[in-house]
Amino acid sequence: MPSFEELTVGDVVAQQDYKITRDSLVRYAGASGDFNTIHYRDDIAQAVGLPGVLAHGMLTMGISIQPVVSWIGDAGQVVDYGVRFTKPVVVPAHGHAALNVTATIGALDEEAKRARVDLTTTFEENTVLGKAQAWVQF
Amino acid sequence: MVNPDIQGKRYPRTSSYLVGREKVREFAKAVMAARESQDLSFAQSKGYADLVVPPTFPVVIQEQSLTLVLSDPEAKIDFSRVVHGDQRFVYQRPIIAGDELTSELTVASVKSLGGNHMVTFETEIFDAADKLVCTAISTLVVRGE
Repeated sequence: MPSFEELTVGDVVAQQDYKITRDSLVRYAGASGDFNTIHYRDDIAQAVGLPGVLAHGMLTMGISIQPVVSWIGDAGQVVDYGVRFTKPVVVPAHGHAALNVTATIGALDEEAKRARVDLTTTFEENTVLGKAQAWVQF
Repeated sequence: MVNPDIQGKRYPRTSSYLVGREKVREFAKAVMAARESQDLSFAQSKGYADLVVPPTFPVVIQEQSLTLVLSDPEAKIDFSRVVHGDQRFVYQRPIIAGDELTSELTVASVKSLGGNHMVTFETEIFDAADKLVCTAISTLVVRGE
């Protein structure tokens, strides 16, 4: 468990690669109850004008916080977490979509003993989440 | 199309949702959480009675409230044109397996922007003692015709 006093704004506290496959999408659909067909059917994704089957935005959001959870060792200390969905993550039928998540200390609230962790999630060299920020309570 | 008159509308409290330990594990696995977050003795070593849910788990509860809006003829939201714009979870306390939760959704705002509509929902999630546990804030973009 990291100590609040040792943190500095700009510190990269976690970095992790993830592979999203069609299997991941089916698993997330079942776990979350989001069975929107654009997340597993190529024909429907195409019919509504999408570049392909997309990962659930909430899956990308859910994955992106995990390096932070592993870093602090306690999901219960994430007291505020928000993102904007700015770019879709297209998941091919074969192979995978590669995500990279980097977590950086963005701000420190000494009084409340909270750290803001800014997340950069990239897919094919583009960031796919905007203003992805989590507050961690120490 | 979204009916702008639904701004401020409060939807009824959902029926209670019991957070199951295996559901938490299933969700944690789906969001690629580390194995230790699915381990009961690890959670107990941190002082929790049971597993702590992943930070985005309340989306499952929010979904129950959102269903009420999407099926509300007054709201006139065409689900096939909906894209998720943003999402946030603000916690008052961690959610633990065993919690019984209900939710109540308010339409915070309806805005139109370049032919699209942006609808922001605030879903308050309460525990069995009726204490606020988490607020889920979600903006859906409804693409114009």
